Amino acid sequence: MDIHEYQAKEILAGFGVPVPRGGLAYSPEQAGYRARELGGDAWVVKAQIHSGGRGEAGGVKLCRSEDEVRRYAATLFGRQLVTKQTDANGKGVYRVWVEGASDIAQELYLGFVLDRKSERIMLVASAHGGMEIEDLADEDPASLRRMVVDPAVGLAEYQARELAFSLGLEGGQIAQMINILRACYRAYRDLDSTMVEINPLVITGTGELVALDAKMSFDTNALYRRPQIAALRDPSQEDAREAVAADNGLAYVGLDGDIGCIINGAGLAMATMDMIKLAGGEPANFLDIGGGASPERVMTAFRTVLSDGNVSVILVNIFAGINRCDWVAKGVVEAYRAEGLTLPVVVRLAGTNVEDGRRIIEASGLPLITADTLAEAAEKAVAARPKLAA
Amino acid sequence: MAILIDETTKVIVQGMSGRIGRFHAKEMIEEGTNVVGGVTPGKGGETVHGLPIFDTVREAVAATGAEASLLFVPPPFAADAMMEAADAGIKTAVCVTDGIPAQDMMRVKRFLRRYPRERKMRLVGPNCAGVISPGKGFMGIMPPRIYAPGRVGIVGRSGTLGYEAASQMQALGIGVSTSVGIGGDPINGSSFRDILELFEADPETDAVMMIGEIGGPQEADAAAFVRDNMTKPVVAYVAGLSAPKGRKMGHAGAIISAFGESAQEKVEILSAVGITVAPNPSAMGATMAEVLGKKAAA
Repeated sequence: MDIHEYQAKEILAGFGVPVPRGGLAYSPEQAGYRARELGGDAWVVKAQIHSGGRGEAGGVKLCRSEDEVRRYAATLFGRQLVTKQTDANGKGVYRVWVEGASDIAQELYLGFVLDRKSERIMLVASAHGGMEIEDLADEDPASLRRMVVDPAVGLAEYQARELAFSLGLEGGQIAQMINILRACYRAYRDLDSTMVEINPLVITGTGELVALDAKMSFDTNALYRRPQIAALRDPSQEDAREAVAADNGLAYVGLDGDIGCIINGAGLAMATMDMIKLAGGEPANFLDIGGGASPERVMTAFRTVLSDGNVSVILVNIFAGINRCDWVAKGVVEAYRAEGLTLPVVVRLAGTNVEDGRRIIEASGLPLITADTLAEAAEKAVAARPKLAA
Repeated sequence: MAILIDETTKVIVQGMSGRIGRFHAKEMIEEGTNVVGGVTPGKGGETVHGLPIFDTVREAVAATGAEASLLFVPPPFAADAMMEAADAGIKTAVCVTDGIPAQDMMRVKRFLRRYPRERKMRLVGPNCAGVISPGKGFMGIMPPRIYAPGRVGIVGRSGTLGYEAASQMQALGIGVSTSVGIGGDPINGSSFRDILELFEADPETDAVMMIGEIGGPQEADAAAFVRDNMTKPVVAYVAGLSAPKGRKMGHAGAIISAFGESAQEKVEILSAVGITVAPNPSAMGATMAEVLGKKAAA
């Protein structure tokens, strides 16, 4: 789960990371008021969305007057900001962060991530910050410092010190850096984070280290024990369909094609999408109905898939282990009738209670297209697409 | 003797008194698995399916001589239950639970390293379908009837895609020695490499079907192991050719976040070491048949 920059800064500041003073605004007027409240003669106005690359997309601006802050904020509110990391629809701006402009001498990069290879926490840093980590890895890989932290021991002070020296810091900056590293590590560990990123971590004109930007992601499996993090969820930044699906126990990811998929198991769902592609079609979505799916959950899956207007065919592929083909078949038949479907539906059932499932499909008298194998199902789904008018 | 489980393996079920544990324990017993008891804290002294329930794994091991444990324990308590099993002397644990926090799994992996090799518990999962040696026994949630006994090992992250492979092979008359689901989480007990090592050493396995997916470094590690240590042929498939970067595809670990984690890159890495990669998920069985045919002819 992602949170906003201002929330990440607030959390990290609580652990001892220095951040610029700033204030949150829900309207242009409030943004202007925040600037006046902060004082000074230059402010940075930043759109709060769950995505990186905001600067390049026009979501961040240095403003020189309260009026400019207000006018720029007015262009942000309600806008869909499209960045390199969002889809073509972008993410809506409903909150704006105003902070005092910092005097920047140098930009560093700092990140803590889950390292799947060592199964520990990895610290990544560079003296060459300010750009996205992917670009940094391309442009200046030699500048990247990596360090594995064993959670059983924690971040040792010598590790933090080594890193601080290797980044070329000096004097009081060494102690500041050690404090920042240890604070980020504690935030990562204590809050079940999956990523803490400060980019850029700047050295100001007076030689102080300050987190100019901050990003945090959290392990959704751990939210049950982090209610204060779960409360930061912002539905305005989520795909509405994906959010509704998740609330109903379905894993759904919207894609660009027109063949709607209803499948059990993440691996089989990905494989079915691959098969559709190889058969010459494009999947409209990833959808895993999970184990033990009731007819009701199958109905919900149909509704979720159908809420995507691009869908012209639905492919149901179930290999039942803890699922039951008869329940799924019942759900398919009920959904077909309840939704008054006219588009082609291809159904492939295998595994537990498959004979009962097939009987229910046959006895329904509905024009459902059946298939015995994965390949046949994908081919029939692609063939069933309405032909485009010539 | 297949790997991880056979007809002699004494199995307990942690969480056997619950609805799900009860259901799957019954399936396991019906398929001939040597289930000797269950563990549910606070329910010691009760029985389920005529088998004794114990309060702790240590008591269960002392009373039954159990060597293996299947865990149906809810996510908040699963890490603790795995460590309990390891400390009680269980040799093989299979954890089905989906939704365990990643930092809990870091802790479990670290905990397992405290034991010397001969006492160290092998963990399979979490978030997996389990382990089955057809005709001998199983620990997990798979539909046992789709597996024909035979001499090909299966190892995969996904449960249902493993079923798909087994049924394609069954249709072609190819049976399975053992099928292992290693699970879809970013940090898991056994990797592809760990299971390949067991199959390589198993005299009853002739070839291995390995079913990978997007995300993580384990397929690449497996490729290096196959190159350096495997004499038996390996057939692979990697799911997620059409998965977009940076999006989590159902499994917590199925996300392309670094170089080498996309399906295309993994296929290249596996092909480069001589693994035969099935061109599509419908051809897993046929590709295995072809490789076995070549092996027989050689």
